[in-house]
Amino acid sequence: MVAIIKKQSDLVLLLCFAAAVLAGPVILQPFGAGYPDLLQKFAIFGIFAIGFNILFGLTGYLSFGHAAFLGIGSYTAVWTFKLLSMNPLPAVLLATLLGGLFAALIGFISLRRTGIYFSILTLAFAQMSYNLAYSVLTPITNGETGLQLRQADPRVLDVAFGRDYGAVLPSSDLFGIDMTGYPGFYFCAAVLILCFYISMRIFRSPFGMMLRAVKSNQNRMNYTGLNTRPYALAAFVISGMYAGLAGGLLAVTDPLAGAERMQWTASGEVVLMTILGGTGTLLGPVIGAGAIKYFENIFSAFNENILLNTFSFLPETLQHAVVSVASLFVGEGWHLTLGALFMVIVIFLPGGLMEGVRRFGVLFKRKADSDGPTETQPASAE
Amino acid sequence: MASILSVQNVNKRFGGLKALDEVNLEIEPGTVHAIIGPNGAGKSTLLNCFVGRLTPDVGTVTFEDHSLIGLAPHEINQLGVSRVFQTPEIFGDLTLLENVMIPYFAKRDGAFSLNAWKPMAGQNDVRGKAEEMLADVGLGEKHAMVANSLSRGDKRRLELAMCLVQQPKLLLLDEPTAGMARADTNNTIDLLKTIASRGITMVVIEHDMHVVFSLADKISVLAQGHVIAEGAPNDIKGDPRVQEAYLGGAEI
Repeated sequence: MVAIIKKQSDLVLLLCFAAAVLAGPVILQPFGAGYPDLLQKFAIFGIFAIGFNILFGLTGYLSFGHAAFLGIGSYTAVWTFKLLSMNPLPAVLLATLLGGLFAALIGFISLRRTGIYFSILTLAFAQMSYNLAYSVLTPITNGETGLQLRQADPRVLDVAFGRDYGAVLPSSDLFGIDMTGYPGFYFCAAVLILCFYISMRIFRSPFGMMLRAVKSNQNRMNYTGLNTRPYALAAFVISGMYAGLAGGLLAVTDPLAGAERMQWTASGEVVLMTILGGTGTLLGPVIGAGAIKYFENIFSAFNENILLNTFSFLPETLQHAVVSVASLFVGEGWHLTLGALFMVIVIFLPGGLMEGVRRFGVLFKRKADSDGPTETQPASAE
Repeated sequence: MASILSVQNVNKRFGGLKALDEVNLEIEPGTVHAIIGPNGAGKSTLLNCFVGRLTPDVGTVTFEDHSLIGLAPHEINQLGVSRVFQTPEIFGDLTLLENVMIPYFAKRDGAFSLNAWKPMAGQNDVRGKAEEMLADVGLGEKHAMVANSLSRGDKRRLELAMCLVQQPKLLLLDEPTAGMARADTNNTIDLLKTIASRGITMVVIEHDMHVVFSLADKISVLAQGHVIAEGAPNDIKGDPRVQEAYLGGAEI
């Protein structure tokens, strides 16, 4: 009985999620975020955070090096564009695979330690990858400039299928549909929904339960006949594949891969996204990713003129005082806003934004209960 | 009768301290074997040598036909040895039901299984087994609770259920009634008696003589790393060496 209800509520959650993602351009329009470039970022970093949450949320292993897999995904995708085809499918497929492969390698070594030592090992590996990409591996990564497409790239498959891009620099297209603007967003959105579904299946499976057991008590797991290492490694590889996929999608929407994508700040960002949204929840990471990318793109675009307009109803001296304070928090200072928000969330809502939603739900339910049915009925009649 | 667990000439040193000194022990199948002794006698060290937490410096530990030396804890468990800890080791953040389902999956699917695509909702047989087991130890109504919210006594019962759901051939118990009130202790004794009557071999480390004499078929007395006496409960009760060890005479 309980099982049936659970299955149905999962289906409802998935459908609601899919509907919200697909209606994203409309829903986010009033917030000034309804344009495809930003929506793509929401979707891509949502995928990155969902994957990260499978590792951090379920097993509790805090990786500080996941940006490495993001970068590897981007490089793989751009190389696939250059060598094989401008179709995004082989690019994201190979990006996912290579992300997983590198995760297997780094995870195998890093998972010999737990806690802070694990985090430091992953951080060290990511910084190594960053430095390799930035300097040593310049023939592969094109170093500082970043890996770019060229007209002269071979594109073996495109040539074989008679696809000619002429004298312009090609952009990726899915069987003739250009991957920029809204088609690009809907491609990312479809992948995001698929990724969310996979993560949901993992959360609800015996394997997902084992991953939560890894977080809870490894000692008991060992004495229960379970080998914890392959479980943690599997979670690490899965999250590495998600990161690779996200990196591949970044390259699909903008065929350029630079080493800065692998820097430790990018690794830290996905940790923030997951914690902000709600570690170990299904929806949280996507919401956290959206929130951070929103701040990064919207708040950073505010400048003094916009602020002066906003506070134009105030007397002039007061207006200038308010603007000079507020301008610390926007534009270049958006990190300050993010930091303050992060502190507020972690202190008052340790479970992230999802805990806020849950508490709000409980409050609402309690209020509805205490108001009694006589009060709620007219409301529903309206 | 062939023994299920055979310990031969086991030695273990920690620096200058000889924790185990030429320990020999034979555990017969279907019996409850108690290991008693004063604090620091080496009881827990010995138990840790059975489950792969410690490796003896010298000597052999054989379970059925398998040498346990050098095996990892999860490999030993997969052979059919389950262990209850002195302070209950449970999955605190998970529900009671999940706590009991995990060991069942471990027994059924092995040390690692990537069953990430099967929904939990379809595992009704496992769920049924786990519910049955929880009811067996008297935690049936609490199955949806989070394990950390249980009282200490209930946590022990849960840990016992987690071991029993694996239908172990050998169950190792490290002070199963430590820190329990008398009523709880008696409940646990009854529960362990029921388990013993199903033919599960048990090794019990215990301080409480009431528990030892109500449960054990055979007792080994450990003092300063030696087995100083072994036999049926009544023989042990009257043994002067045992009394000496417990009254502190052995320290002279």
